Amino acid sequence: MEFRTHIMVCAGTACVSCGSFNVKKVLEEEIKKRGLDKEILVVATGCQGFCAQGPIVVVQPDDIFYQLLTPEDVPFLVEEHFLKGRPVKKMMYTPPGEKTEIPTMSEIGFFNKQRLIALRNKGLIDAEQIDDYIGRNGYNALIKVLTEMTQDDVIKSIKDSGLRGRGGGGFPTGLKWEICKNSKGDLKYIICNADEGDPGAYMDRSIIESDPHSVIEGMLIGAIAIGAHEGVVYIRTEYPLAIKRLETAIEQAREYGLLGKDILGKGFDFDLRIKQGAGAFVCGEETALLASIEGKRGMPNKRPPFPAESGLWGKPTNINNVETWANIPWIILNGADRFASIGTEKSKGTKVFSLVGKINNTGLVEVPMGITLKEIIFDIGGGVPNGKKFKAVQMGGPSGGCIPAELGDTIIDYDSVNATGAIMGSGGMVVMDETTCMVDVAKYFLNFTQAESCGKCTFCRIGTKRMLEILQRICEGKGEEEDIEKLQELAAQIKDSSLCGLGQTAPNPVLTTLKYFRHEYEAHIRDKKCPAKSCKTLLTFEINDKCIGCGACARVCPTKAITGEKKKKHLIDQAKCIKCGACFDICKFSSIDKN
Amino acid sequence: MRIKRKNQSRQCSLPDEKVDLTLLDELLKKYSGKQGSMISLLQGTQEIYHYVPVSAIKKIAKEANLSESDIFGVITFYSQFRLNPVGKYIIKVCHGTACHVQNAPDITNALMIELNVEDGKTTDDRLFTLESVSCLGCCGLAPVITVNEDVYGKLKRADIHKIIQQYKSLEEKQNG
Repeated sequence: MEFRTHIMVCAGTACVSCGSFNVKKVLEEEIKKRGLDKEILVVATGCQGFCAQGPIVVVQPDDIFYQLLTPEDVPFLVEEHFLKGRPVKKMMYTPPGEKTEIPTMSEIGFFNKQRLIALRNKGLIDAEQIDDYIGRNGYNALIKVLTEMTQDDVIKSIKDSGLRGRGGGGFPTGLKWEICKNSKGDLKYIICNADEGDPGAYMDRSIIESDPHSVIEGMLIGAIAIGAHEGVVYIRTEYPLAIKRLETAIEQAREYGLLGKDILGKGFDFDLRIKQGAGAFVCGEETALLASIEGKRGMPNKRPPFPAESGLWGKPTNINNVETWANIPWIILNGADRFASIGTEKSKGTKVFSLVGKINNTGLVEVPMGITLKEIIFDIGGGVPNGKKFKAVQMGGPSGGCIPAELGDTIIDYDSVNATGAIMGSGGMVVMDETTCMVDVAKYFLNFTQAESCGKCTFCRIGTKRMLEILQRICEGKGEEEDIEKLQELAAQIKDSSLCGLGQTAPNPVLTTLKYFRHEYEAHIRDKKCPAKSCKTLLTFEINDKCIGCGACARVCPTKAITGEKKKKHLIDQAKCIKCGACFDICKFSSIDKN
Repeated sequence: MRIKRKNQSRQCSLPDEKVDLTLLDELLKKYSGKQGSMISLLQGTQEIYHYVPVSAIKKIAKEANLSESDIFGVITFYSQFRLNPVGKYIIKVCHGTACHVQNAPDITNALMIELNVEDGKTTDDRLFTLESVSCLGCCGLAPVITVNEDVYGKLKRADIHKIIQQYKSLEEKQNG
């Protein structure tokens, strides 16, 4: 059946949380009511990436972009746009600080600077329909590999493309495959690492939710290249929607003979199963991940032997991250040269980032390597909201670091990012403004790594705890002059004496904030002040003369510390105040000062 | 040197409530003889009881031929597993980086005051369990909490009271 129009409703986790399924239901009802259901098809797609504006609806082929829809908007929208042919301006996107709406998706700054490879099908297909994926050249790369290429051809192609591991390490993918292929053993395993543990990052979840077959096809090609017949996707149990879509995709691929015995009649066998993680950050580390798949405590082991030689159940195993797998079919179909033509000398292709924190256009973006941080934050991300000043961007999660605004011209490239002290990481990019305290950020990450340390190495287990205690002290105004030195000494020792990546990189957030924001540490220690006005214990809340005595603050105060007569200036009892900030939030007359 | 333990008859301090252990039979059958399925078994167990009861650990150890201490080691290693019963509504407060810089600690604080319960604990009426989790992965909605399957995003401290009241009044209605 031919449809004149497709309405693509975003069904990624963020939009679903904002009620996109309700919008879809009402859309279908309204369209049916007006007898348009033979002409217009409503499709639930994976994540479109522009999570800040959800629920999102895109009308194809006209490329009209609607945002922040509610079920109540829908009858009017259907009447105007789909019956009378008049797109509805007030539901379109207006960039912050501007007055005119932008009707089409390709004209919106958030989308038009992106370059899509791993996310090539986002928002264009129904993630639960294998035919949609096939219609977009899906599984053609698999056919090409099975009919025209040898194992060495495939490996050479991936090597030539310059693809490096997207999980954070940046190890060349082709080389990894070659080592695994050359390892002795008749039984080999392929693993997809979808244990996306970095707080503030959700690239892998979105790829699986919007295009699960691209990961399956990538894994199939990898399996052929190294000669593996069994694969495992290790995925966080916190991602129920991604797990469900992946299960559906595997089921459909089996039905189509793309998984199982004698794939496409070419005599190659491969099957895939899902293993759910149980919530341990360290399991993103290869050897810990393998221990977890084997049902044990996820503690890392020493390398060598590398998993490529002795991995799951002692067999040669190749592990790649979700985004890496999703790139593979594109490279095979479009050629290594085309992939290598994008990016910088040592970092090829694109990278997906989740752009979050104090930024206008929160969402998922895929950009070519070589783009600058400023371009991502201002041109794509639309800058920092509420007129605040951009202060720093955190990259690489708990293993990464904070890059200050002055280094905004840094390009996205494994080596350039490493030079700042941060790491490329898996793609979390958390933007911070002037109200974010950098000591607090360092404390936050240390708190995380300290809790997630598996406990095997003493320096990681105890050292991170001691560093955290020092940071807590500093944030409470009890810091001492020699604390900074102590932090640096501990950091060096933890880096040197830890077995796995978690410990080796755990001090990075502290080291980078010390490097670029040392004055904030010193202000906490010497002046007992938090320059960002964020550390609660160092603040006092006071009511100024603008107070009109409305009593709103007194009503929300959980400790009844605020008193005063109606229509007269109120007073905060500092002895009772727990500095929760509820009064500051509720006051409409900016009559509460925090200092 | 011999170390004498202070309390030699140290008993497991975990609650051992009576639960219907026959519910585990199907799960044990499903994974019987499968290599490396301890985590899947425990996830299945937690799905049934919402936590892992001590009696279930004993039964799994016996029937799947695993050691009790190995199972206990795995349970305490992974943050997903609980050894204590939980409330009817599990409130998860996201403490991912995006939520943290958008004041997630304030949200936890407000919930602790509203529910009069510590982080990680269950209210006395067994209605709510308050948990901090590392990242729910919907950073666009920061700060975020989930109450069972329901997601609440872009929260302010002032929203907390309303959300909790909603569940409390739902309970009152159900109980007549």
